[in-house]
Amino acid sequence: MTAGWISRQRHLLDFALSSLGRRRGKNLGLLAVYTLVVFVLASVMLFSHAIRHEARLVLKDSPEVVVQKLVAGRHDLIPAGHLEAIRGVRGVRAAEGRLWGYLFDPAAAANYTLMVPRDQPPAPGTALIGSGVAAVRDAAPGDTLSFRAHDGQLVQFTVAGTLERDSALVSADLFLVSEADFRRLFGVPEGRFTDIVASVRNPREIRTVAEKIDAALPDTRIILRDEILRTYDSVFDWREGMLLVLLSGAILAFGIFAWEKASGLSAEERREIGILKAVGWETSDVIRLKTLEGMVISLTAFLAGYVLGYLHVFHFGAPLFEPVLKGWAVLYPDFRLTPFVDELQVATLFFFTVFPYTVATVVPIWRAATVDPDQVMR
Amino acid sequence: MIRLTDVRKAFNQGRHNEFWALKGIDLRLAAGAVTVFRGPSGSGKTTLLTMVGALARPTSGRVHLEERDISAMPERFLTEIRRSTFGFVFQNFNLIKGLSVVENVMIPAYPVGLPHGRLKARAMDLLERLEMADKAEARAEWLSGGEAQRAAIARALINDPRVLIADEPTANLDSERSAQFLSIVAGLKRDGRTLLMTSHDPMVAEAAVVDRVVSLRDGRQVEAR
Repeated sequence: MTAGWISRQRHLLDFALSSLGRRRGKNLGLLAVYTLVVFVLASVMLFSHAIRHEARLVLKDSPEVVVQKLVAGRHDLIPAGHLEAIRGVRGVRAAEGRLWGYLFDPAAAANYTLMVPRDQPPAPGTALIGSGVAAVRDAAPGDTLSFRAHDGQLVQFTVAGTLERDSALVSADLFLVSEADFRRLFGVPEGRFTDIVASVRNPREIRTVAEKIDAALPDTRIILRDEILRTYDSVFDWREGMLLVLLSGAILAFGIFAWEKASGLSAEERREIGILKAVGWETSDVIRLKTLEGMVISLTAFLAGYVLGYLHVFHFGAPLFEPVLKGWAVLYPDFRLTPFVDELQVATLFFFTVFPYTVATVVPIWRAATVDPDQVMR
Repeated sequence: MIRLTDVRKAFNQGRHNEFWALKGIDLRLAAGAVTVFRGPSGSGKTTLLTMVGALARPTSGRVHLEERDISAMPERFLTEIRRSTFGFVFQNFNLIKGLSVVENVMIPAYPVGLPHGRLKARAMDLLERLEMADKAEARAEWLSGGEAQRAAIARALINDPRVLIADEPTANLDSERSAQFLSIVAGLKRDGRTLLMTSHDPMVAEAAVVDRVVSLRDGRQVEAR
């Protein structure tokens, strides 16, 4: 790479920037629309990727096999006797009953997820609460929260602490109580659980073990972690797809706008290309110049749009798409996604925004740049 | 220095509107001389200049620049020859609007790859010589006809070409500005450059600095002085 080559590229870049500056109104308009499109696409991609990533993080620690009792096709409490049957299945390492459910709190008009944690459950009469619960009830450790039990009696909990978890996604609406309090609140008799979770010795045998449990306990249904992951993925894919379909009108409008701008060279631009060629610019110099102009626009729009999308999703909680993408929960008052950027995702977005624009610019420029230089003399 | 042998040029060849702008020109143009091509509109003057200046190729015939036949060269080589050998002053000057005068002057040298500082110094030097230094930062569209022409001359000289080609250089100028142009031409001739111009203007054809006048009519050479 010689000094002359570098000077030449610098001159071309200078000239490209000044050309863009000369058509400021048109180019700023294009840049604004282009940036907006990248911003929207980047926001959707970043958000859905991050939430999927979050879901994976959460499910990493979830049980491999969940066994639920079914009565008439509906989920029912599972008897403790099933525990022994599951433990007896070859390949099962451990099995235990879980107690969990939902509680509607009329004071906050929100649903909490009540759970009895496996390790270190709170002492009877106390509760550990998620950040979302703490926020909607304005509760701090030491405060008392009361709820109406299944029989209409009031049950009181003293807040023992709030939960800090890697992911706020699952902990925000959590309300952890002792087993006795759980049974008292919902009227769940001893010897019954919400469901049973089992772990398997050899992860490759999960499916076989699940089939054995299913055969041994025909009144149950078996849910595998992989299936939950797949369900999450398809739910988010579906939501992302739906949003993209809604946005496709805007994207199409941008496509037409960009194509019109890029392919419809103005008479002034054609004249300029003729002058440049007449005074000794090669066709390749002209193409390089116009490509640089296109790249300045598209890279600026890409970077600005991506950074704005990043800030929108990870610093402001994606207020524009939250209702569509986040969906069913009411209790995410202060929910922040963990920033997560995937290189392939950046590359995909780059390819679908920068590449088509560059191609749309270069083809007509190539046609214009190959005109005879003597046209300026005519 | 430049030799044309039976040069013919057709436009829209093979179509119903085929038109022969040049119908067999034989000419030798000496180095260091000032030559004017004269003739009515449509006589082929400008087309002839585009052949000589490597802006276009003849339909048939040969154009030699010194010993090199440039009439059949690929576009890339023609561009290189155009850039290094010829400087052009177009009829309506063709400065690029929105750019400053000095930027316009520097444009032909961008593909050469000179360091920016040296290039700008050279452009300023040329503008100084053409008494345009005070307009260097003015935008091209703000210039008067005479100023625009001098800016165009500076642009034509930026790559230090041996041949300057000017198409109807005084068409947009009053007599005073035309005289000023002719004095610039005299200066360029003293520098040893070859000047080729087309002109309707008797003031140009009869100027003392002009060595030779070639008259054209209907694509043919009719007389030479």
